Amino acid sequence: MAEPDVLVAPSTIEYPFRRTTGPVIGAFLTALREGFLVGIKSSDGKVIVPPVEYDPYTADALTEIVEVGDAGEVTAWSWVAEPLDGQPLDRPFAFALIKLDGADTAMLHVVDTGGDPAAIATGMRVRARWKPPRPVGASEEDDATGAHRVGSILDIECFVPEGEN
Amino acid sequence: MPELILPARLQGIEQVRSFRAPARLDYQFTAGLATTRFLRAVAEKRLVGQRCPKCQKVYVPPRGACPTDGVPTEEEVELAHSGTVTTFCVVNVQFYGQVMELPYVSALILLDGSDIPIMHLIQEVPYDQVHMGMRVEAVWVPDDELGPTLESIKYFRPNGEPDADWETYKDNV
Repeated sequence: MAEPDVLVAPSTIEYPFRRTTGPVIGAFLTALREGFLVGIKSSDGKVIVPPVEYDPYTADALTEIVEVGDAGEVTAWSWVAEPLDGQPLDRPFAFALIKLDGADTAMLHVVDTGGDPAAIATGMRVRARWKPPRPVGASEEDDATGAHRVGSILDIECFVPEGEN
Repeated sequence: MPELILPARLQGIEQVRSFRAPARLDYQFTAGLATTRFLRAVAEKRLVGQRCPKCQKVYVPPRGACPTDGVPTEEEVELAHSGTVTTFCVVNVQFYGQVMELPYVSALILLDGSDIPIMHLIQEVPYDQVHMGMRVEAVWVPDDELGPTLESIKYFRPNGEPDADWETYKDNV
């Protein structure tokens, strides 16, 4: 059957949401903007990254924000051979759980191995590749370009195998 | 909530309190056969609806079938470029992606010869004078800018006729 002769047009729906963080995730994002990572001490002294407001076992409010390293160990990963629009990288990469030095939980981020799926493995060491600092006097439009750190999980462009950056 | 204990490097600096989290959905809109015929007619500066063979209602823009009777609407009906404001809304709130100057009026307009209103702008009249039953006419873009889109009509404006009788549009409010 022949294709019917009908009009087709692109139609885009956009919602310009801005979300508030609360003080705990706010501290995590502030640290990212400043170029380092923090977690929070749980009731039993373990360090949870990203920080949470309440202890996952006792439900106590948690208060002690602590610094952790920007390198760590891949504990699990999943290869993305064909990245979709809006994903952090436009070339093949891995989503990975990374247990940062000084942390007791793993955090989700992406690992760039230059497109090579054989170059990632559970247990390998990776280090954050940071975007440049936010320029003094940067506007909201400048921030929206993604070119520099703004207080976002994407202030870390990706993690790369340790020793590569 | 108890006070947070922050590491030294996080003290005395401006804290992040919010972040951008935009959502975007990209679609391809396929008009379908009936609406395609309607839009091609618009590009020729014509407004064409379709009549239901059972209930005789004229739908615009046509979707190809009557939602009440579930039958194809094959008879095409040429509609007037004038109509009646059934309901309207004075827009006073700025929103993302807005191109109009505030305040402006968005209205449902029952084109003469049709049985369902279309949504469009009302201009060339102060916003606080727009009312139900007001008679309006289409103002088209210049002929060389006509295309298969309702943007080929710039807006509707009062056509000077006396207000329509309530009975003529009461089924559409």
